[in-house]
Amino acid sequence: MDLLANNIGAVSALVVMALVFGAILGFAAVKFHVEGNPIVEQIDDLLPQTQCGQCGHPGCRPYAEGMAAGEDINKCVPGGEDTIRALADLLGREFVPLDAEYGAEKEHKMVAYIREAECIGCTKCLQACPVDAILGAAKQMHTVMVDECTGCDLCVEPCPVDCIDMLPVKTTQQTWTWQPPAGIGARPGDLIPVRNIA
Amino acid sequence: MALLNVTSPHVHKPGNTGAFMREVIYATVPGVAIMTYFFGFATLINIALACAIAVGCEAAVLKLRHKPIAFYLRDYSAVVTALLLAIAIPPTAPWWLTLVGTSFAIVVAKHLYGGLGMNPFNPAMIGYVLLLISFPKDMTTWLPAAGVNETTSALNPWQSLQMIFTGHISGVDAFSGATPLDTFKTYAGQPAVLDANPILNGAMAGYGWEWVNVAFLLGGIYLIWRKIISWHIPVGMLAGLFFLSGFFNTAVDADNYASILFHLFSGGTMLGAFFIATDPVTAATSNKGKIIYGALIGVLVYVIRTWGGYPDAVAFAVLLMNLAAPTIDYYTQPRTYGHKKPNKGLAKPD
Amino acid sequence: MSRRIWDIPGGIHPPENKQQSSRNAIRPAAIPAHLVVPVQQHIGAPAKPLVQVGDRVLKGQKIGEATGFVSLPVHAPTSGVVEAIEQHAVQHPSQIDSLCITIKTDGEDRWTERQPLADYREHTKKEVLECIRNAGIAGMGGAGFPTVVKLGVKADAQIEQLILNAVECEPYITADDRLIQERADEVVAGLQIMAWLVEPKEILIGIEDNKPQAIEALRNACAGLSKENGTNIDVLVVPTKYPSGGEKQLIQILTGKEVRSGGLPADVGVICQNTGTAYAVKRAIIDGEPLISRITTLTGDAIEQKGNYEVLLGTPVADLLQQAGLQKDKLHRLVMGGPMMGFTIHDPGVPVVKTTNCLLVATEQEFPDPAPEQPCIRCASCAQACPVNLLPQQLYWFAKAKEFGKAEHFNLFDCIECGACSYVCPSSIPLVQYYRFAKGAIRQQQQEVHKADRARERFEARKARIEREEQEKELKRQERAKAAAAKQAAKKEAPATTTSTATAPSANSGAAPAAPAATDAAPVADELAKLQTAAASTLKRYKDAQKALETAERSGSEHIDALRAKVEQLKTKADAAKDAFLAAKAAEKSAPESSVAEATATASHSDDPMEALKQSSAADFNAYKEAEAALAAAEAAGNAAEVETLRVRVTELKARSDASKAAMKEARAKQKEDIQAKNAGHDPVKAAKLEVAKTGVLLKKARKALEAAQASGEGDIAALTAAAQEAEAAAASAEDAVKKLEGVQ
Repeated sequence: MDLLANNIGAVSALVVMALVFGAILGFAAVKFHVEGNPIVEQIDDLLPQTQCGQCGHPGCRPYAEGMAAGEDINKCVPGGEDTIRALADLLGREFVPLDAEYGAEKEHKMVAYIREAECIGCTKCLQACPVDAILGAAKQMHTVMVDECTGCDLCVEPCPVDCIDMLPVKTTQQTWTWQPPAGIGARPGDLIPVRNIA
Repeated sequence: MALLNVTSPHVHKPGNTGAFMREVIYATVPGVAIMTYFFGFATLINIALACAIAVGCEAAVLKLRHKPIAFYLRDYSAVVTALLLAIAIPPTAPWWLTLVGTSFAIVVAKHLYGGLGMNPFNPAMIGYVLLLISFPKDMTTWLPAAGVNETTSALNPWQSLQMIFTGHISGVDAFSGATPLDTFKTYAGQPAVLDANPILNGAMAGYGWEWVNVAFLLGGIYLIWRKIISWHIPVGMLAGLFFLSGFFNTAVDADNYASILFHLFSGGTMLGAFFIATDPVTAATSNKGKIIYGALIGVLVYVIRTWGGYPDAVAFAVLLMNLAAPTIDYYTQPRTYGHKKPNKGLAKPD
Repeated sequence: MSRRIWDIPGGIHPPENKQQSSRNAIRPAAIPAHLVVPVQQHIGAPAKPLVQVGDRVLKGQKIGEATGFVSLPVHAPTSGVVEAIEQHAVQHPSQIDSLCITIKTDGEDRWTERQPLADYREHTKKEVLECIRNAGIAGMGGAGFPTVVKLGVKADAQIEQLILNAVECEPYITADDRLIQERADEVVAGLQIMAWLVEPKEILIGIEDNKPQAIEALRNACAGLSKENGTNIDVLVVPTKYPSGGEKQLIQILTGKEVRSGGLPADVGVICQNTGTAYAVKRAIIDGEPLISRITTLTGDAIEQKGNYEVLLGTPVADLLQQAGLQKDKLHRLVMGGPMMGFTIHDPGVPVVKTTNCLLVATEQEFPDPAPEQPCIRCASCAQACPVNLLPQQLYWFAKAKEFGKAEHFNLFDCIECGACSYVCPSSIPLVQYYRFAKGAIRQQQQEVHKADRARERFEARKARIEREEQEKELKRQERAKAAAAKQAAKKEAPATTTSTATAPSANSGAAPAAPAATDAAPVADELAKLQTAAASTLKRYKDAQKALETAERSGSEHIDALRAKVEQLKTKADAAKDAFLAAKAAEKSAPESSVAEATATASHSDDPMEALKQSSAADFNAYKEAEAALAAAEAAGNAAEVETLRVRVTELKARSDASKAAMKEARAKQKEDIQAKNAGHDPVKAAKLEVAKTGVLLKKARKALEAAQASGEGDIAALTAAAQEAEAAAASAEDAVKKLEGVQ
């Protein structure tokens, strides 16, 4: 009892401080509350949206939901390592390399191309395309809207005459970018052979 | 026939990092010369020893890191670090002190953080502070400047070598003295004692030391003239020291607080202002930031000198501000063309 | 000069090296044998070629038409024949070829008809602007933005300053300097035309103080103009400093205004035009000459005759170098543009274009290879040199670490890539390349995000569409179920006829339980399980009956028709039973199981092509029967010759009938497969489309048979034609089914 009586000042000071800081924290929590983007949305934003289904889900969002529920983050083939890194960052998980079971990362971005002379107009690829990027009607030649194609590969398999190729996206003057310099210790630039000199 | 394909610009100002560092080395020449005059050849021996150790350490670490040794040694950064450290420690400090300090500066403070350009703290000052707190006695034992009284003269080369490698000079009693800062700290508030001390008597900032500082000031002006450093950090630091010492010396108490000139020209003030605080890797980068960075170093130097436990404070002040440099940078970004307000901080303000 | 001039932060003073080329007067370059005219020489959409290979073109003739608002036409720089329209190496740092029109010159240099607007003040501004557009004038300082877009000020915008940029701050380049010295009057006339168009409060000319003769020439020209018509033009001399000639920098120097980040000079009431552009405007309006040539500085120690040349656009660099006395062995770096912002070209076949102000033909001594990159020591020399107050050392760090978000936050996109930072960097870091890389990567990322968003949208739209289709199908199916139930009720009134017709022994097993199945299927019981069993059993019976029918058909039974009717009926019943079950299930559980729904939907949808097949089969069979009857009659009549032919026809027809039956069987088997596939969750549309494909195959077969018959003159062509028509009908109906399904979509 003595102990309490002797320290009543200190105890009360601590209690008061606890109350005050608690109130401040509580107030701050309400006042500065940030409406967080639901985690599924955030994950979905990181995914490449090819809707290719290579991860075993019918589309990117279902996989995002899966990851939010604890599924592995290394199943997105089109996203590759960059996406896995971003996901690991977001979800606070360890980085794991891409699961080879789901496919190997492609070096280039691909786009589907229909060899139009061979197309029989069966519309099978139309139905396979997750983003409706193939144009055509029954018995009419089909064609891929290159700008909308996500390069997901899903149209290749159903084609009965194998007339769909996945081609690397061609670099144009508009899409070309400078490469990063080689880094410390390296001389910038390269010697190029001249094609035709005067 | 092949043409070079490279991004613009196609012309480059002459010079490289090595040249940059060499200018710094040249700028220390007057200071080192004056120090040699007052403290003997030990200064030069110490510098040579430190440089050799630094280059050796640098080469060894580069080899371990599988980096091209010659390419990196050519930037002279290790030499500059060793030079500044050797200038900062007492010239007659035993060889192992130089060895420990220099190797720690190069291996730990520089390369363990990723090498040149990556170190958050000034390596020379890290080495210095390591020695100062580990071997305070050796580190605060300076020879009295030559000529301060009839008995002291600068050590000759043979004596210097003996001093550095054996710790004593045959035939001469070990002698040592306190620096002006140390003396003032010990006897602050006792003007009579201070005046009687030969180091302070008749000098504006301590016998010998004031000339060392003047010499480094000259070297610093050379660096500014050569555009190796900008004026912002030295001016900020000296101004901080000037105003604080001026305030306490004139408005508070002239006996307990040393004069402006004393603060500006004793200890490592000028060396710190022009050579150490201006280390670009660890300092703030924007002009405004540099002024703030320098001024705060000046303030810290004064605070530690006056109320702290150590007589001089440049190393501590610089290291503390190294910590603050990134933050200063983030809050002193210049206003970019076409923007209403300068950026603040790292994150996007949402 | 009382006008105030502002200063820009940073800036550098690289060696000017202008004397080499500024001493000599402008020389005309010879017409090369071939001209390569890229369809894109400006910022914006490329022009569309108007000519074809083999066409004769005249000098100044439009050979490429603008394809949008921010686009420009291109013209034939001399007369000749279009030799090729193909991909060719062009002036782009990517070294990617682009479309060029190659003209084989004829040396005559014959002009097309010129249409000057010398009295432009009598015309509307719109006409004059159109004339400038048609002349293909792009900003000739380096970027190549269509001049007409800059000059086309909005009606409500007040332009305060029209600035002529004669600064030419890049080392080596003297094209504008020489142009002004020699043709100041024309430049000022062009400026006056632009001033008439935009009606600025004041007209300023900014020029660096290292061009005294040009300043003099400009002052004289302006003084003359002021005497002539009172137009007041201020020639403002600015201190030499790189990059004062940047558009934004010059605006800041002359007016103190800053162009908002991401904005246009016109936003702050300023329009800035290049000297060469003003000259080109004058040529277009007063002389009616489109932009087909330009003044280009040829300099660098690897050529002998340094100086400025008036070059036809499209002249390959190689031809030009040859004229200027190229020393091949000395050439080490070939730069189009100035030393600070120009880009190396990889192929001397690259043509000179509207933006080519300089060709630097440098030796290795002149432009030594860049030193290897050293670590950044954060010396902030770059920050001191930056004319837009960026923190290049931070941007470098972020670009290197690929932290693009931070780079953007540090205003990477305000970087004008002037190269001042790289120039001063003691560590020889190719900073500009880092920024270009980061900018490109950010743009790519943005594009990818945009694309991903679109993909997501499209994916979700598709999902919604499929769902909606399902619902609509479900509704339709329910309606059909009701109709079927009503029909069944009607049929039930005469059950005796149905059962009694099934007399074929093999059909008995199927026909006998059919009646109870019908009663089972009647939606009396409300228990789901019951309904389900009922549905299953009816389906089973239906299938049994079908099998019976098949056997009957194979054995050529007399009662096939009756059996068929029976099968029909059973099928309806099966459907009805299923529907009833489903409806009950749906009622119990608002969302019916999709697989069942789909299965039923498919079953009902694939009815149509099946029906058609059956009809065709029936028709074949009838034809065969008829032929048989005819044969019998002929036999009865005793007509021997006729009997023979008829007999042949009968066998043929029998074969046909069998074939069509087999086809029907095949189709049915497929249908079953499909049902199974559907059960596994597939699309009804797909099945229907498969049907289309299959009927198509049948049709083709029928047609082939017909053709063969026609070719050989054998067989019953009429019957075959009928068969083919039938097959066609089947195919059509199958397609109808698909359309119906797709219509639902």
